[in-house]
Amino acid sequence: MTSPILRIENLSKKYGQREVLKGVSLEVEKGDLKILIGPSGAGKSTFLHCINFLVKPDEGHVWLDNEEIHPARKRELYAYRQKVGMIFQDFNLFDHLTAFENVRIGLVKVKGIGKDAAGARAAQELERVGLKEHMQKYPSQLSGGQKQRVSIARALAMDPEVMLLDEPTSALDPELIGEVHAVIRDLGKSGMTMIMATHQIGFASSLASEIIFMEDGRILEQGTPSKIFNDPDNSRTREFCSKITDLYGER
Amino acid sequence: MPESLVAVIDAFPYLLQGSLVTLAVVAGALSFGLLVGAPLAIGQVYGGALIRRSVGLYVWFFRGIPLLVFLFLFYFGLCTALGINLSAFTVAIIVLGLISSAYQSQIIRGAIQSLPEGQLKAARALGMSDIKAIVNIIIPQALRLSIPGFSNEYSILLKDSAVTYALGVAEIMARAHFVATRTYHHFPLYFAAGLIFMILTWLGVKVLRLLEDRVRIPGYSHN
Ligand SMILES: Nc1ncnc2c1ncn2[C@@H]1O[C@H](COP(=O)(O)OP(=O)(O)O)[C@@H](O)[C@H]1O
Ligand SMILES: [Mg+2]
Repeated sequence: MTSPILRIENLSKKYGQREVLKGVSLEVEKGDLKILIGPSGAGKSTFLHCINFLVKPDEGHVWLDNEEIHPARKRELYAYRQKVGMIFQDFNLFDHLTAFENVRIGLVKVKGIGKDAAGARAAQELERVGLKEHMQKYPSQLSGGQKQRVSIARALAMDPEVMLLDEPTSALDPELIGEVHAVIRDLGKSGMTMIMATHQIGFASSLASEIIFMEDGRILEQGTPSKIFNDPDNSRTREFCSKITDLYGER
Repeated sequence: MPESLVAVIDAFPYLLQGSLVTLAVVAGALSFGLLVGAPLAIGQVYGGALIRRSVGLYVWFFRGIPLLVFLFLFYFGLCTALGINLSAFTVAIIVLGLISSAYQSQIIRGAIQSLPEGQLKAARALGMSDIKAIVNIIIPQALRLSIPGFSNEYSILLKDSAVTYALGVAEIMARAHFVATRTYHHFPLYFAAGLIFMILTWLGVKVLRLLEDRVRIPGYSHN
């Protein structure tokens, strides 16, 4: 039996009186692509942010490679975050740095790699996402799809073991979604372990090892794409899936 | 040539030397204010309740005390009481710098708070400590956005620096006064002094505008 690379147990989060996450648990095997779906406000973003403690969960535990993470131990937390890449809906590239510098800065400032070696690695990652010619551009000079690919390169440069992607294409014009999906697909093929929230169920069903349906701070149902999309047990899952299929189409 | 014009022309090199002193005081105070103001701003945005409250108190204090009172308090009061021997020039820089640090902290705080929240999040997600994120990601952006505010602060400091004449700092105003009381050409001399101040304001704002252009990032709006 293989042990999960990432184990999440009972994550809970309250904002004031409002329970946004109600004890969510998940096990992720190496190479898995888990897709989170669910209506807006279900807690998908909060869940992903709690996994790397960008949002501090009120309760719950996280293990990476069988080691429990103690977020209060700062050094442990920073080391853990290097191993868990995060992709945001609105990219969050560093606006004062070029694409190249965006990818290099983590290597230099966090990993302490020399500028030349870090630069070579940054160029390599940008080439991998097809942006070699745009290295010297600033975020404002890039399209949304290019920005998101830079942010993926920035995360990959840190050699993460797991990637968390929070609706990476939902801020993009429809014609730019494909280029980002292509990068994520390649990542999946190369064996990257990922948890990704998305509404793009066509993309999800073709790639996901498991679909996880969240609503109201809970996982209501999880299973293979064909199970969840064609024959879900839960009526809420069925309702959501038919709605989202109307909205985003089968692709 | 009218006698008064001759008096001004004779005194002009002497006044211009004073403008070097003025500029040194202003540059010193601006730098000192930045060095103190930036950490204050960081403390006010990211610090705990106690730090935030202390910075608020600091800002309230140094914005509230009149410059002349503070200069006298420091130079004649504090320095004498503590038996430290500082020149009027040094005291002028420290006092103007402390007051400026209160204003600059608020300029920088505003700039930090105008940055999208995602900048810090993305830095943390890479494994940066908060200090690294602030130094490498937040401050470089916030300082760029602060340049128009610094430009404003420069013109205010420049004008305020005339008050340090009361301590005997040999800046423009002190020199104009010195010559005027000896030659009785008050009007042309103070007029010349005012003119020099205006030219220095214009020059400094110009220099900061050039700096702003130099560090400008495409698509990053300052105005
Ligand atoms: N910082 C916050 N403060 C208060 N409420 C929040 C905050 N972030 C998210 N929420 C609330 O938590 C709920 C879940 O949000 P989110 O995790 O963003 O859902 P999803 O990503 O599935 O759309 C929403 O009702 C949202 O309004
Ligand atoms: Mg969300």
